[in-house]
Amino acid sequence: MTLLLDLILGLAVVGVAVWTLAVRENFPAVIGFVAYGLLLALVWVRLGAVDVALTEAALGAGATGVILLFAVVRLRGGRAEIDAATPGPRQRLAAGILCGVVGLALAVAVLSLPDPAPSQAAAVARHLPELGVANPITGVLMAYRGLDTLLEAVVLVFAVLAIWSMAPDRRWGAVPGPVFPVQSNGPLSLLARLLPPIGIVVGIYIAWVGADAPGGKFQGGTILAAMGILAWVAGLWRLPPVASRGLRWAVVAGPLAFIGVGLLGFVFADGFLSYPPAIAKPLILLIEAAMTLSVAAALVLMVAGPPEGRRA
Amino acid sequence: MEATPGGFLLVLILVAPVTGLLIGFAQGGRAAERIALWAAPLGVTMAMVLLAGVLHAQAPIVAFVGGWAPPLGLALRADGLAAAMLMTTAVIIAAITLFARADYTTLPGAPEARAPLAFWCFLLALWAALNAAFLGGDLFNLFVALEMLTFGALALACLDGRATQFKAELRYLLFALIGSVFYLLGTALLYGAYGTLDILLLSRTARSDAPTIVAASLMTVGLLGKMALFPLHLWLPAAHAGAPPAASALLSGLVVKASYVLLLRLWFWVMPAALLLAVAPILALLGAAAILFGSLVALRQARLKLLVAYSTVAQIGYLFLMFPLVAGSAAEVAERAWTGGALQAISHAFAKAAMFLAAGVIARGMGHDRIAGLHGAARVAPLSVLAFGLAGLSLMGIPPSGGFTAKWLLLQSALYAGQWWWALVIVAGGLLTGGYVFRVLSAAMRAPSPDFMPAAPVDARQERVALGLAIISVVLGLLPLAAFGLVLIGR
Amino acid sequence: MIYGLVASALVALGLYGLVTQPALLRKVLAFNLLGGGVFLLFGVVAARGGDPVPQALVITGIVVAFAATALALVLVLRLFQITGAATIAEDETRR
Repeated sequence: MTLLLDLILGLAVVGVAVWTLAVRENFPAVIGFVAYGLLLALVWVRLGAVDVALTEAALGAGATGVILLFAVVRLRGGRAEIDAATPGPRQRLAAGILCGVVGLALAVAVLSLPDPAPSQAAAVARHLPELGVANPITGVLMAYRGLDTLLEAVVLVFAVLAIWSMAPDRRWGAVPGPVFPVQSNGPLSLLARLLPPIGIVVGIYIAWVGADAPGGKFQGGTILAAMGILAWVAGLWRLPPVASRGLRWAVVAGPLAFIGVGLLGFVFADGFLSYPPAIAKPLILLIEAAMTLSVAAALVLMVAGPPEGRRA
Repeated sequence: MEATPGGFLLVLILVAPVTGLLIGFAQGGRAAERIALWAAPLGVTMAMVLLAGVLHAQAPIVAFVGGWAPPLGLALRADGLAAAMLMTTAVIIAAITLFARADYTTLPGAPEARAPLAFWCFLLALWAALNAAFLGGDLFNLFVALEMLTFGALALACLDGRATQFKAELRYLLFALIGSVFYLLGTALLYGAYGTLDILLLSRTARSDAPTIVAASLMTVGLLGKMALFPLHLWLPAAHAGAPPAASALLSGLVVKASYVLLLRLWFWVMPAALLLAVAPILALLGAAAILFGSLVALRQARLKLLVAYSTVAQIGYLFLMFPLVAGSAAEVAERAWTGGALQAISHAFAKAAMFLAAGVIARGMGHDRIAGLHGAARVAPLSVLAFGLAGLSLMGIPPSGGFTAKWLLLQSALYAGQWWWALVIVAGGLLTGGYVFRVLSAAMRAPSPDFMPAAPVDARQERVALGLAIISVVLGLLPLAAFGLVLIGR
Repeated sequence: MIYGLVASALVALGLYGLVTQPALLRKVLAFNLLGGGVFLLFGVVAARGGDPVPQALVITGIVVAFAATALALVLVLRLFQITGAATIAEDETRR
């Protein structure tokens, strides 16, 4: 029964992926992609990875879908140019063979992975009490592989600044992204008024429970960002200009808090990013709180894009 | 391997530029520039202390981040190769900091502008990413470092905001993203097969089974795409030639070397020797093709910056000749080839950075970079033309220069190993390099027409920075060979 | 095991789309399909060993992939705003 379920789900994911690639128009392709992301989130649940499922649904399907849709709306035409640049059947065949070989090699490799599978599960669980957290994923992200997470938070700052730096010079200092007119009535306005109070509570809750249950800064931060984007699109919330110090400190607060706590480890514990067991959990929660803020801010800014408005 | 004393230095080298970037970005205005100016001497000092530490211990310096030992935790390791690359990075970043002040300074009280803020922030960002890439001991941590590098390189290359730059960078981004995906697929398979991604732990357990072979192939192709080895070089010339000079110098001199060091770690540490023996000749063959193809195309370029970029395509090729010479050779020959390869990476970094900076100054002074129209360049920017020529000596492999020592070591080991054909490629590449460097110099030395006017005054300080880097690339060849024993530590 | 095969198929499909689709927007979309396959491969590895570590790697990976997508789309939009081009085909093929 479960095998049948997995089979159907797997076929559905592949089918939606094929359709997304094959459909000619951009808009349905993006809708197909969002469906693909949501199906993948289901697959992650089937694989017992609820944390990843949340991340995939929120970021992989949701936020990525939103920026793709924004791009579809703004990229018009170019059909003739695209048709002219379409590779011929022979090139497509060659590409198909090459990609097929990669896929086959992967399949062979996956099927010949050793049994029993090597695993760090026991080691991860053994040291969790020293950290005071119950969610093993949080243990990996915040302690054992904390450096990965720190660098990844820095990558988000890179991305925000890189996106801003693509703006024309004369727009520097302005408000990021397009400015939407205020929607005083209609479904969007209703949604933008009703959802954020709930969404903000849910986002903070998901970030907060991450220490002990599925959730955490990335998932919670994404939900907070979604609420901000909703309010922004409905014209209810104006983004601060890129010159705003407050905005920038919000973007860097997470990685800076991470580094700050990490450096304290030299004095009070076993070196960089090492937490004294007695206060490990409060320290982890402190970093998670700052990171939730920064993830949310960075996501909103990445969706909004480079400054477009008039200089503040 | 255990964590060693001095591990905090590795953390500082990684965290200092990151912190500088974060504060510089948040504070805005002139903050990033001033932080970069302070960071340059600090960075060189830290790299020197680390290098001295590795030499003194004659062993790698190792830190376990958070006190968690691999396979659970992440290790940072500075062996001789890493220490040498960190030193190279620190010196070149410091030189570029000095060079870029003329272009990207913000005067006190002036409003913040886009290009200067982005330049200084991403200079610190690239530095952090390079340090992470050279120190990382875990294959997934290195993936994150490579992504940092891609984002930083991309932003710096688009700094002028021209459509041609956006187009070239999109092409680069596609190559880089496919490269990342291939690399990441490989790490997934390796984790599935061994339950760790720590380079040293993998080196003890790796087998020649299907998952390992597929992982190695995917990761290798991905990294080759990121470092633009022929025939995956298509993105490089436009991307590197179209960037602002300070950015080109970083991209061509340093950024491609991060993927190279990672490739060395993959093949000479992680993968079993039997696999390496099979793959090494293929890599060297591609390298040889890159040397010949890149040099020939460089010879035919009409524009100076594109010529320098194609020269990078060719010089990257030399880095791959060491693979079959190290693999399966007697220890003495292998050590020579290894040293030659590492020294090629270092001397090319200095020479190419010098060349791109010099080409930038010349192009600005002349108002264009058409090689045929460079008559009078030696009068407009004499030190830059000299820097270009000195860097050219190193690329050609003329003694005494760092490039000469590197190519000489590779050539000797090719002969000792009985693989004389690589020696032929080295000699042919040197001659072709001589051809394209001479083309530029002969045009630049020619007297200009009587009514010639320089397009813009050149900045003497920028010229001196380019010359300084070129001199370093030459002086490397005057160091006694024993000094390069450094790169053998922890091999 | 089914999902191992699904992941391989998604990688092949995404790669094919990334290489053959001429429109930049669709290349970015294909890159994300491809990314889904790569992450799923980590998921299969995690499920085999009951191991949380690959799951954590995927979370890091998804965040990085999102940042790359956002950056790529801004580049695509800026190129379009300046030149009206929707592909990076060589200039001769574009009229």
